[in-house]
Amino acid sequence: SQAAWCELPARVLLVLTSQRGVQMYEADGSTMVFWHALDVPELPAAHSVFARGIAAAGGRFVCVGTSFGAVLVFDIPPKGTNVTLSEVLEQHRDPVTDIAAEQGQAPDGAGDLVTADDSGTLCLWSTGEEFTLLGKIPGSGSTCSSVALWNGIVAAGYGNGQIRLWEAGSGRIRAQVSAHARWIYALDLAPLTGKLLSGAEDSFVHVWKLSRNPDTDDIEVQHCHAECVTDTQVCGARFCDPAGDTFAVTGYDLSEILCY
Amino acid sequence: MSARTLPLLFLNLGGEMLYILDQRLRAQSIPGEKARKDEWTDVDRKRVMNDIISTMFNKKFMEELFKPQDLYSKKALRTVYDRLAHASIMRLNQASMDKLYDLMTMAFKYQVLLCPRPRDILLVTFNHLDAIKDFISDSPAILNQVDETFRRLIETYNCLSDGEFQLIRQTLLIFFQDMHIRVSIFLKDKVQNSNGRFVLPISGPVPWGTEVPGLIRIFNHKGVEVKRAEFTTAGNYVTPQREGSFELYGDRVLKLGTNMYSVTRPVETHMSGSSKNLASQAKENIAPNPLAKEELNFLARLLGGLDIQKPPGGETGFRLNLFTTDEEEEHAAQTRPEELSYKVINIEATQEPGRRAELSRILGELDVAEPRPGSAEKGEDLLALMDGL
Repeated sequence: SQAAWCELPARVLLVLTSQRGVQMYEADGSTMVFWHALDVPELPAAHSVFARGIAAAGGRFVCVGTSFGAVLVFDIPPKGTNVTLSEVLEQHRDPVTDIAAEQGQAPDGAGDLVTADDSGTLCLWSTGEEFTLLGKIPGSGSTCSSVALWNGIVAAGYGNGQIRLWEAGSGRIRAQVSAHARWIYALDLAPLTGKLLSGAEDSFVHVWKLSRNPDTDDIEVQHCHAECVTDTQVCGARFCDPAGDTFAVTGYDLSEILCY
Repeated sequence: MSARTLPLLFLNLGGEMLYILDQRLRAQSIPGEKARKDEWTDVDRKRVMNDIISTMFNKKFMEELFKPQDLYSKKALRTVYDRLAHASIMRLNQASMDKLYDLMTMAFKYQVLLCPRPRDILLVTFNHLDAIKDFISDSPAILNQVDETFRRLIETYNCLSDGEFQLIRQTLLIFFQDMHIRVSIFLKDKVQNSNGRFVLPISGPVPWGTEVPGLIRIFNHKGVEVKRAEFTTAGNYVTPQREGSFELYGDRVLKLGTNMYSVTRPVETHMSGSSKNLASQAKENIAPNPLAKEELNFLARLLGGLDIQKPPGGETGFRLNLFTTDEEEEHAAQTRPEELSYKVINIEATQEPGRRAELSRILGELDVAEPRPGSAEKGEDLLALMDGL
C-alpha cells in the first residue's frame, strides 16, 4: 500500500493505493472524494493485483499505476467529488512500480511525466486531454523501483542498486552511478536545488546534486553526503523542504521516522 | 501481496524446525543397548525425522500448498507446525513447542532480511531442501517425494522476475514484522543485537548483478563516456565470486538457510523485556480473530478422522524437551509473557461420551464433503490433508 499527497493548483488530495484499488481523500482526511476498484478475481491468482505508483500531473490529473501495467489517468475537478477516469495508458507489459511528474521546467520536446515498471522499462509522456507517448527506454534486466523527473532529466533507481540519469527528450543515458549495494527503495528530488535523495536496503541514504553543464550540456551528478541508518533497511526517504536541506527516513521494523 | 509466498514460508520454516529437532534429538539420544524404554536412541531419531519429512512432503499436501493463495494467519500456521511436529512418536510440551516455533521463525526472518537479492530466497529454500535430503538419504521413497517438490519449486519460481520476488520478500517481511525475540545463538554470534534487532552488515560481497558502490560515470549526448568520478562511504564491499546454482543439484554459494546448529551448542531464547514492539504483537494475539472460529470448526471436523498415536511408553514416554532440563521447561511455561503466548487451541479427542456428542454436533452442522473449490478459509484443505495422512 502507498500514500501520497497530490498537489494540484486548485486543491491537494491524499491518494492511497492498495490491493483493492485507489482511494482519494481531502487533504485533511475528512472525506473520501473518490474510489476506484481494481478488477479483483474471485480466487487469488498467481499474479498479484494491486495499484502502485502515484503522481499529480499536468495541473489537473492524478495518475496511478497498476499491476497489469496500465496507468490510470484521473481527471480531478477543482472542487467536489466528480473525479473521472479520463484515460488508461497501456504501454507497460509489467507491473508499474513508480510514476513521476516534471518538478522543474521541461525543455522543449521533453515530456512532463515518466512511468516505470518491474522490467526496468521507462515511458515518457506529455500530459493533456489526451496523453501522448513521447519515448520508451527499454529495461536491461533490473527492476526500476523509483523514478523522478527534473528539468528534462529522468533519475531512476534500480533493484541492483544503480541510479541512472536519462535525457528525457532523447531517451539517452547520461549518467550511471553504482550508488547502493542493495535494492533502492526510494528516490526524491528537491526542485529548488536539484538535490537527489536515494534510500536503499543496504541501510544507506545518499544525497546527490544534479546539474547541467551549460557549455557541454552534459548532465552532471555529484555525491554530497551519505548517512548509514545502522541495522535498518531503508524503505522510505523524502526531502522535507523544496531546497533539500532536511530529509526524513523510514525503515523496516522501525516505528520511528528519522529526520536529518 | 504475493499469492505465491506460502510454499516458501512453509518449506523454510519446516527446514528450520527439522534442524532444531535433529540437534535436540541427537543431544538427548542414548546408545541403543544402554537406553531405557523411555529414552531416545539413534533409531528413534531417524524414525522421527523420516516420519515428519514424509508427512511434510506428501504429494497431495504439496499440491494444495502450491496453489496461489494468501498466507495463513499466524495462529493457523502455528497449528500446522504443531501437527507436523506430532506426526511421529515424539511429543512436545507447550513450552517446548513455543520455543521451537520462536527459533524457527526468528531464523527464517533473519534469512529473508539478509538475502542479498530478492531471488536468493529461492537459494535459501534450496539450502533447506539439500539438508533435508541429507537427513533421509537412506530412504529412497521419501527422497523421491522431496525431489518432486524440488522440481515443482524450480518450475514455479525460476522464471519469476526480480519484481515478483521482491513482492514475495515484502509479503514475508510483513508477516515477520515486529518480531524481536532474542535467540542466544544469534546473540553470541553477534548477528542479533540485545534489543532483538538483527545486525545488517555493510561489508562483504555485493549481490550478484550489483556493482560495488562508488563509481559515477558521465556520458555525453552521443553515449560516449566522458568522465569518471568516485565517492566513498563507510561501507566495505567486494565483488562476489560466483552465482549460486538454481538447479536440482549445485553449489548454492549462499550460506543462509544452511544448518547453523551443532550438537554441542544449546540454543536458548530470551523472553523478558524484549522491546516496546511487544505492544503491537500483543494487540494481534488478544484482538478477537474472526477467522479463529472458522479455524476451530474445521479443526474439530478434522478430529473425526484423527488417529492419535499413544506412545507405548505411557504419557511422557517419548517426549522431547527443547530445554536443557525438565525444570527449565516448566519454568519457561510459567514465565512466558502473556503477550507472546501463541494461544494455540488444544483439542483432545477423548472417549468421553459427552465430548463425542459435542464433536458430532459440530460435525453435523458442517458440510462434511470434499474440499470445496471455492472455499477461501485459511488452511482448511491443507489441515484436512495433513490429518488424512
